[in-house]
Amino acid sequence: MANMSNVKTPAKEQEPNIRNKNFDEVVSTYSEAEAISEAQRCLNCKNPKCVEGCPVNVRIPEFIGEVAKGNFSAAYKIIAKTNSLPAVCGRVCPQETQCEGKCVRAIKGESVAVGRLERFVADWHLKNETDLPETIKPNGKKVAVIGAGPAGLSCAGDLAKLGYSVTVFEALHTAGGVLSYGIPEFRLPKSIVKAEVEALEKLGVQIKTDMVIGKVLSIDELFDMDFKAVFIGSGAGLPSFMGIEGENSLGVYSANEFLTRINLMKAYDDTYDTPIKKVNSVAVVGGGNVAMDAARCAKRLGAENVYIVYRRSETEMPARAEEVHHAKQEGIEFKTLTNPVRIISDDRGQVQKLECVRTQLTEVDEKGRRKAQTIEGSNFTFDVDSVIMAIGTSPNPLIRTTTSGIVANARGCLVVNEGMETSKQGVYAGGDTVTGAATVILAMGAGKRAAQSIHEFLSK
Amino acid sequence: MFKIVEKRQLNAQVTLMTIEAPFIAKKVEAGQFVIIRIDEKGERIPLTVEDFDRENGTVSIVFQAVGYSTRRLAALSVGDSISDVVGPLGKPTEFGAPKKAIVIGGGVGCAIAYPQAKALYNMGAEVTVIAGFRNKDIVILEEEMKKVSSKTFITTDDGSYGEKGFVTDVLKRLLGEDTYDLVIAIGPIPMMKFVSLATKEFGVKTIVSLNPIMIDGTGMCGGCRVSVGGETKFACVDGPDFDGHLVDFDSLMLRNTGYKAEEEHACKMGGF
Repeated sequence: MANMSNVKTPAKEQEPNIRNKNFDEVVSTYSEAEAISEAQRCLNCKNPKCVEGCPVNVRIPEFIGEVAKGNFSAAYKIIAKTNSLPAVCGRVCPQETQCEGKCVRAIKGESVAVGRLERFVADWHLKNETDLPETIKPNGKKVAVIGAGPAGLSCAGDLAKLGYSVTVFEALHTAGGVLSYGIPEFRLPKSIVKAEVEALEKLGVQIKTDMVIGKVLSIDELFDMDFKAVFIGSGAGLPSFMGIEGENSLGVYSANEFLTRINLMKAYDDTYDTPIKKVNSVAVVGGGNVAMDAARCAKRLGAENVYIVYRRSETEMPARAEEVHHAKQEGIEFKTLTNPVRIISDDRGQVQKLECVRTQLTEVDEKGRRKAQTIEGSNFTFDVDSVIMAIGTSPNPLIRTTTSGIVANARGCLVVNEGMETSKQGVYAGGDTVTGAATVILAMGAGKRAAQSIHEFLSK
Repeated sequence: MFKIVEKRQLNAQVTLMTIEAPFIAKKVEAGQFVIIRIDEKGERIPLTVEDFDRENGTVSIVFQAVGYSTRRLAALSVGDSISDVVGPLGKPTEFGAPKKAIVIGGGVGCAIAYPQAKALYNMGAEVTVIAGFRNKDIVILEEEMKKVSSKTFITTDDGSYGEKGFVTDVLKRLLGEDTYDLVIAIGPIPMMKFVSLATKEFGVKTIVSLNPIMIDGTGMCGGCRVSVGGETKFACVDGPDFDGHLVDFDSLMLRNTGYKAEEEHACKMGGF
């Protein structure tokens, strides 16, 4: 019997005024009953638009159909066929612009909660089933993957399932890439990331941490070590700054630094050695997921005033709708149509104020974007002790500057063809290192496409 | 895990440690650094490589136990293992082809100045070393530095050993007497600043090795940004060596005081 409710089955959340003081997960996973009830809202369309909206084409109506019947294990198997990190995607994908954005139920009311259902199935699997080592027939061919983030991990998983002997080289001391250093615990528990990585290891994927490819080994040396193909998923690690006066003052951080201290180094936990400054009034510059994450972390570290400073309006914010909503609930103040022009510090170099201008939006340009135009003479300041720049990142140059024959564009992004192959034979790339900063799921999609191309290349 | 195979006290506070790290030992060049994380809860400590042995697959680091993490590192013994050692990070020093060079080390910075002097000496340059210390008790690596230089000058602030005064006193005298084509200075930021001011007057190319606060060492956190010739550079990927005449030392000094209050708990930069 179909559930004809026009709204999603609500997921339990921690109260905003409680959760903004802890790092525990904000939203709970559906219970079995909630999942079944929500699954019954799916109309099982003949021509499912949701699948088209998914960068890895998860067979959504099929898995939801199994959930509705209570066959959670069967549901998991359907998801796992195309998605190697479902517990992650269910939590961090921008569903509203992907699967859920295309759902017919969204025409009159809310879409089916595809993300929450995917998360439920993945968590149910992690809790109730042990992955039996799949009987994979090794083909004896070695492939190297650079970077243990979403692109690299999904590429590695797909290649391992095809019988390749895959080694993933990770520069940091922990696998996961942005899932480990960037996305906070309250949005993506690190135990989930760990479990997903362990699932890949059970497939035979070897993960070597502390290996900065381009420095300790070059790509040519990897070929000398008998790797037959290389996938580069080294991400967009280099943080951008605005280039305004005062940016080198004490109390100015890139979002990468702030989030890495918290998520990777666990600076919020006193039993870990890495320090983090006490923050009280914080301006986070930017309107993406990273800006929301940084702002919500600052609040959890005890900051009284946390501001999001964004030069466009809320409509143009690239962050997931849920993150903006959660941030507001937690007491983050939004200063939109506002752009910083100067950071003012005291005589000890410590940030004291942020000077901004008001902006107005131009008409939609040919690219469909509305530009933020400065309103002359609108300068104003407000008191802050910290400024966090969350205005984007660019690809890490370590590999392109140490490997001959790899072409990058003017922004430093690696150039690939449709099959994700770079200008160097046998070398493939995908994720943020190709696109510039984008989403987890797009990186995973790129990793999967590359795995398919590598398989074709090595099967010749 | 990375095993400690040698540990030597150079003075009461400065320790030399040799660690098994075969991949790094194969690639590292003078001027590059590694990042060490003692264990799961440890912080990432950047330390310049003092020496390496490609055949035996080891790298040596020298650090001063000044903060929480460097004290924890100093408490480890031969046979113990370190959870993470990553590198070689940063760019190797670009020496060019100098004929006469002065290498200056300040305090524990001598540990990094020494491999630079050694590299220049092996390239056939005439090397003069100036090493400055607060007093006689903390003089380190004197014999090693003498072996790779034609002249070695030691200065102490209190005159308890060598010449009384600062490295810049000797430097100015030498630059006034003879022509040199390269100066390398490694030590406390004020020392590098005043060396660079002195060499600028004489128009001698000067390389300094910077030690800002950093986390990942691969260009990701931007914590190590320094202003060089008016441009923002990341010491971890663009450096750690820079043209001493272009570095904004005052802003660097300021940024390195950022965690002074937390230093008792954990010191980021014990290594220099």
